[in-house]
Amino acid sequence: MIFALVGNQNSGKTTLFNQLTGSNQHVGNFPGVTVESKTGEIRGHKGVSVVDLPGIYSLSPYTSEEIVTRDFVMKQHPDGIINIVDATNIERNLYLSIQLIELNIPMVIALNMMDEIRSNAGSIDIALMQKELGVPIVPISASKNEGITELINVAVKTVETRQYPKRQDFCTGAPHRTIHAISHMIEDHAELIRIPPKFVATKIIEGDQPLLKALQLTETEIISIENSIKEMENSLQTDRKAAIADMRYLFIDRLCSETVVKPLESKQHIRTEKIDRILTNKYLAIPIFLIMMGIIFWLTFGVIGGFLSDLLGNAITGFSDIVKSGLEAVRVNAVMVSLIIDGVFAGVGSVLTFIPTIVVLFFFLSLMEDSGYIARVAFVMDKLLRKIGLSGRSFVPMLIGFGCTVPAIMATRTLPSERDRKITIFLTPFMSCSAKLPIYGMFTLAFFPNHRVWVMLFLYLLGILLAIISGLIFTKTVYRGNPAPFIMELPNYRLPSVKSVALLLWDKAKDFLTRAFTVIFIASLIIWVLQTFDLRFNVVAGSAESMLAGIGRFIAPVFQPLGFSDWKASTALITGFMAKEAVISTLAVLTGTNSSNLPQALGQIFTPLAALSYLVFTLIYSPCVAAISTIRREMHSSIAALGVVLFQTAAAWLAAFVVYRLGLLLI
Amino acid sequence: MTLDQLEIGKKSKIIAVHGQGSLRDRLLDMGLTPRTEVIIRKTAPLGDPIELTLRGYQLTLRLEDAKNIEIEDAS
Repeated sequence: MIFALVGNQNSGKTTLFNQLTGSNQHVGNFPGVTVESKTGEIRGHKGVSVVDLPGIYSLSPYTSEEIVTRDFVMKQHPDGIINIVDATNIERNLYLSIQLIELNIPMVIALNMMDEIRSNAGSIDIALMQKELGVPIVPISASKNEGITELINVAVKTVETRQYPKRQDFCTGAPHRTIHAISHMIEDHAELIRIPPKFVATKIIEGDQPLLKALQLTETEIISIENSIKEMENSLQTDRKAAIADMRYLFIDRLCSETVVKPLESKQHIRTEKIDRILTNKYLAIPIFLIMMGIIFWLTFGVIGGFLSDLLGNAITGFSDIVKSGLEAVRVNAVMVSLIIDGVFAGVGSVLTFIPTIVVLFFFLSLMEDSGYIARVAFVMDKLLRKIGLSGRSFVPMLIGFGCTVPAIMATRTLPSERDRKITIFLTPFMSCSAKLPIYGMFTLAFFPNHRVWVMLFLYLLGILLAIISGLIFTKTVYRGNPAPFIMELPNYRLPSVKSVALLLWDKAKDFLTRAFTVIFIASLIIWVLQTFDLRFNVVAGSAESMLAGIGRFIAPVFQPLGFSDWKASTALITGFMAKEAVISTLAVLTGTNSSNLPQALGQIFTPLAALSYLVFTLIYSPCVAAISTIRREMHSSIAALGVVLFQTAAAWLAAFVVYRLGLLLI
Repeated sequence: MTLDQLEIGKKSKIIAVHGQGSLRDRLLDMGLTPRTEVIIRKTAPLGDPIELTLRGYQLTLRLEDAKNIEIEDAS
């Protein structure tokens, strides 16, 4: 039994999904399309799963993410729909509900945030609303875990007893006649694609081209449909799209006047206004945002993340030493000991130490997103982003890019225009991702121990500056045209639920651990083999004669003008292409050190200026394999993905060259 | 008059959403239908976009797009 979880954005959908499934979730692909989806088994119900679909406001597609949701409910024919409705914003939420009901799939409405309605002295006549809509309604509070068990029971029962919505007709007046006339005309065609004729008729009147094509009507049928729509437009003195929207909202307005006692201005909204008076204040908004980002960086890289990473690093080094003496005590072959200690422990270990930093960074990013602040950032920044030809909404994926480029590129699906989406995808790799943190962390420790935060801030700002320059170049050349419209809801501020944040952090940590033990593990082994043997597979005395040294020396001249010609540095850049964290693990393996001795070892390879140039290069050069494959998938183009690789690498070389040469002049 | 001319804090009602294309469809889906009450809450720090309240929630859109929304003259 499969449920589709559908609802507006900001309706608490993800919170409900987490309550329904617990940690019993997995990320997969929607059948047929390469879009990631989250599926989970409902707690206590074996074989009953629920799919978390992207938030939508209507079944008329607008962004590529919304098309995913629409296609899933219309083409995959789920057994049931759980429609989450934000009771504090009930009119706009029901606009989606009545369209879902028209699909004639067993459905239950989860009326969320009922706790807020009650605490503000509002009420909803659930029995009457249930009767009017013809589907069961369960009042819940997803964040307080109230009503979830009942929701599950009702949902399962609705599907088991094949309880279809009892009412299909929400239309009145002139549109009513037209909908019925068209639905008779297309009845046979609609049955072929297994979608109720009434739903299809309404969508066609709204001007839904994809659906009209799917029906495969004859020319005469299309003409007579067009005629009856024109007739409706004439009698209503309005156009088709407005007529249908007005009809739905008229029904909703009447329903709500009968069933909903609206609370006076809610406490949550008053609180939101108070917070917004400061956070989106004319003079304070931008300074506060910058200060907040500054504090987040300082906490992530300095105080919390840095401290925990040091602790973990020492623990891993200690453990590695114990294992090494253990292995030597039982006289394990020296090559084998080297494989385990210098290959696996040095490689994987040096990357593992950065888990705390990454988790802390994602903690702050998810707080910003779940609290509703990120929408304000888009509101405040829209005008600035428009200067580089984008809209405020592009700011969100870019902020996520500071965590990881892969989800950031996937987040561009929320953008309504293809043009904005492409530019945003091109610019996101300039936002320094968290996998580069180990590199910055190690190098600043080795070369700029007293100015660590400043050097990191410089790198982050340099990335942003280059993104702005590239954005201007793109929108003045390849992607001219107007930025997409900017319409966005500003939800009330809410405290993010502990459970949602915890689940997200667990997800990120798990993802990072998986990578550490797969990609990084294999990369460490390969590097160890390449550096331990020469071409005839004899064990070399020092890694300078190894195969790896040969490869590194081959490309090293390219980096000569940037100030780092050591083959170890160039080799690390190659492995960094697999995963950025591998730059540090490679340097650790190549210099034969562990994370606590690596800073001294690096001092012998780089001058401080060359180290800075190296950092600039790693900041900008080609995104990792995972990001590139995401770009290829999202843009449906290998050429675009290759373009990103070449563009970023060329930009990196230039930027590092400028930094190094300028530095030489200044010193 | 049009929505971009409405003073901050004053109430008015929507008459019609003009223009065309996906932007207009989205505005209608979001509930900007005739007779709906709207209030402009504030403008963004840089003067654009604006924040408005309708149907009990907050929506932001640009001044340029607000020009397409016809409203009753504020009294």
